[in-house]
Amino acid sequence: MAVTKSYEQPRPAARPMRLTPQQADTIEKVLGYASLIAVAIVLVLPLYWMLSTALKTPEQTFALPPEWIPNPIQWDNFAAVFREVPFGRFILNSFILVGLNIIGELFAVTLVAYGFARLRFPGRSILFLIMLSTLMIPYHVTLVPRFILFSRIGWINTYLPLFVPAFAGSSFLIFMVRQYMMSIPFDLDEAAYIDGATRFQTFWYIILPLSRPALMLVVVFTFVGVWNDFLQPLIYLNDPNLFTVSLGLSFFQDVRDTNWNLLMAGSLMASIPPLLLFFFAQRQLIGGISVEGLKG
Amino acid sequence: MVRRFPLFAAWSDLSRERRKEAISGYLFISPWLIGFIVFFLIPIIASFILSFTQWNIVGTPTWVGLDNYRDILTTDTRFQKAVQVTLTYAAFYLPLEVLCGIGLALLMNQKLRGIGVFRTLYYMPYVVPSVAASLVWVWMLNGRYGVVNTVLTWFGVQGPNWLENPGYILPSLIMIALWGVGGSSIIYLAGLQNIPEVMYEAATVDGANRFQQFFRITLPLLSPTIFFQLVLGVIGVFQTFTPAFIASGANGGPLQSGLFYMLYVYNRGFVTLRMGYASALAWILTAFILVITLMVLRSSRYWVYYETDRSANK
Repeated sequence: MAVTKSYEQPRPAARPMRLTPQQADTIEKVLGYASLIAVAIVLVLPLYWMLSTALKTPEQTFALPPEWIPNPIQWDNFAAVFREVPFGRFILNSFILVGLNIIGELFAVTLVAYGFARLRFPGRSILFLIMLSTLMIPYHVTLVPRFILFSRIGWINTYLPLFVPAFAGSSFLIFMVRQYMMSIPFDLDEAAYIDGATRFQTFWYIILPLSRPALMLVVVFTFVGVWNDFLQPLIYLNDPNLFTVSLGLSFFQDVRDTNWNLLMAGSLMASIPPLLLFFFAQRQLIGGISVEGLKG
Repeated sequence: MVRRFPLFAAWSDLSRERRKEAISGYLFISPWLIGFIVFFLIPIIASFILSFTQWNIVGTPTWVGLDNYRDILTTDTRFQKAVQVTLTYAAFYLPLEVLCGIGLALLMNQKLRGIGVFRTLYYMPYVVPSVAASLVWVWMLNGRYGVVNTVLTWFGVQGPNWLENPGYILPSLIMIALWGVGGSSIIYLAGLQNIPEVMYEAATVDGANRFQQFFRITLPLLSPTIFFQLVLGVIGVFQTFTPAFIASGANGGPLQSGLFYMLYVYNRGFVTLRMGYASALAWILTAFILVITLMVLRSSRYWVYYETDRSANK
């Protein structure tokens, strides 16, 4: 990776140079754009290849050397995915799970974050530390015993193991929202109490509306996390009618090993919802990530 | 008597008002507290106990003492393979992740028109579901029809049969993972943007060139971010599952060259249903991650630069 200048140099004239400042500036810009474009081509190529394969006929898919632009364009591949496997069902399932998880996280994360951010109770700092430490414990330690727990209570092959834990809130999201709530001035709470508001009213009418940007992030992170999750649906679901998009795709690969055009059409469709969400939420997302990046 | 327990002592010292507040506090955090106990604490204790038993989920567990741990650490060749695969991957991937992550962040930090478009493009692969991302790479890395080898032939290189060749499975998986490096670049970018402009101005006045500025200003001030990313990276690497499952198969592909640790845990736990053994495997991994994380933490004081006292930051 080339080390490119990461800031604007105020006065290049401070150093002796053979080029005029304007020339140096132009060269910098050209080099900057050239490297940006080169890297972008490499990173976008897989997505392009996904799209291009998704629009090819089977013969074109296995053409040698590979064809870059599909001709004719095989739009029917997208419809074929729905005919070959219950892809509509998979998409619906994923959306149901995403919805349930978002409801669960919003419910738990807001309440718990408010408790940690605004209310004083004995053991608060210890409990908060415990919550943070669960972030450091890899999830796989609880994978086997959770599976045992859920199979004992007959939750295997249902969605329950895949969304009920969301109603306890994810530690990471609670931490993020709590940090956000801490930045809201306490004077607002005080004023509400003086006006006779209860704690829940203060939470509901004052803190919650002001935390909307952080809650947006909860929605985005939960959506992407649940939509993209593979291991948990793999473990808990056996019935193909319950499969999520990610899980369905992986089975598609087994069954139709050679139909790469259809598989890529499916992969593309599976990628569209998180990509769209990212486009619409990118400002909040990147802002939120920079807050998170500071916690080191 | 009660005074001996700090929590109760604290409770009895509270005023009526504060007690009410405390009760609401516990109510507000109760979803997490209950979830923590049911979905975390109990499973984690159960997992620890199970690791000393032999159990295939039906029937009752048989206590076998340290047998699982002994077998894993002495005779289990697949465990050895899994550790070797995961560590090799970590040794190559983590440094590359930091290098590419910072490199990309530097590119994204340029003050050029339209930079937002590039930031979006660079971040996009990170949002693609890992199953879809792995699948497109499996297709691109196809030895005969894959586009990667086509591009390589332009440079006169005869590409290998990536995922069928034991020697190339890990490089393939590293490539797949690096495709999503935009995710960590965004965090490095945030780190870069926190470096005060005046530092560079001062350095320029003092006659420091670009490289000096990078190594004396950018890198030291970015080191807390690198540290944070490295800790997350270590945990992430040991949890790698989906790309390995999709690209090399549940058994790790040819010669098990892609047998990541988590794949092995999955095989033991959910394919052959050896719950006790899988629990022991998970605990060994946890201990290992803890040791490595502590090592990174310990080493941090030698290379991580903190401008002010850390506690003062929060």
